[in-house]
Amino acid sequence: MSPERARELLAAVAGVTVGDGLAPVVAQVTPAEWAAAARFAKDTLGCTFFSFVTAIDWNADGLEVVAWVDNLDTRLAVQLRTKLGPGATVCPSLVPVYRGANWMEREAFDMFGLQFTGHPDPRRILLEDDWVGHPLLKSYAVDTPHPPYR
Amino acid sequence: MKPPVPQVPIPLWRDVKDLQEWETHHQRRPDSGDKHSSLFERVTEGIHSFPGGFAVTTVADGFFNWARKSSVWPVSFGLACCAIEMMATFASRFDVERLGMVPWASPRHSDLMIVSGTVTIKMAPMLKRIYEQMPDPKWAVSMGSCANSGGPFRHGYHVVKGVDRIIPVDVYVPGCPPPPESLLNGLLLLQDQISHFRRTGQRPEPSPKVD
Repeated sequence: MSPERARELLAAVAGVTVGDGLAPVVAQVTPAEWAAAARFAKDTLGCTFFSFVTAIDWNADGLEVVAWVDNLDTRLAVQLRTKLGPGATVCPSLVPVYRGANWMEREAFDMFGLQFTGHPDPRRILLEDDWVGHPLLKSYAVDTPHPPYR
Repeated sequence: MKPPVPQVPIPLWRDVKDLQEWETHHQRRPDSGDKHSSLFERVTEGIHSFPGGFAVTTVADGFFNWARKSSVWPVSFGLACCAIEMMATFASRFDVERLGMVPWASPRHSDLMIVSGTVTIKMAPMLKRIYEQMPDPKWAVSMGSCANSGGPFRHGYHVVKGVDRIIPVDVYVPGCPPPPESLLNGLLLLQDQISHFRRTGQRPEPSPKVD
């Protein structure tokens, strides 16, 4: 699977806008087609290696979820991105497609407060269970006190 | 022609926000750091106030302090990359065992906690518990910038801004990480502090020259 062929195939998928560049092939997906696009990348493009899922906080434009999957045999890298829109925190989970997304999505929930629908275990993973707030959001103040230790 | 150098006044202690925070939040060491039964305290104070008795108590103090500083056992407790330097200090090249320090794997038998690394808010309760499990008299060395003040993570969201907000610290070793020579110097300073502890009467104020 060459990157050029992957771009052609991805451009034909519903809800996907393919960006410029071949390494990685960037696919801008609508949130509704998020899991379907990941399934397409895994089954059709052969991207069986799940690298990461994380998020970007674009302040007023809301959160953008970014996932990166690889086809290690043909050295194809696909970056899936979806903009959730201002104020939205709900995103479909990739765990039914990629089992490795489990802890990554827990971390994204921990840091950005993203709610992944269909996630089997939506708890915090790095911070304590009683932590208030989501620290990687731009709205989180750096010097938020955490009594009694700060 | 060179432009005039702007004259910036030297910041005073009270002007530095981080130092103000340290003044407000750091834990102070309780009295002499040594607990005894009240009967024992009364007997020693009695001997101390008896004419000529101070000779007995000071000699006894000196003896006990010598014994204590000659067998300071640090609890094996490493938090981050500073622990690598701590291990190097414990190993054969720098060899703290010649100072009587044996890294011990149980807080119940240890006298010293070397806080080597970043203390996160999640780790802080465990660190405090280990410190409280150590028997008196006990000492703590804060090793590295992270344990001293939070270091490069001071303005992060998850790091305690200095381990002295959790436990009282006797010696601060600067560095990121401190080399084994630095830690060794800190341990020698701690031994010097221990030899100045006084059981009877008040503990003398630490002198900036020695301590």
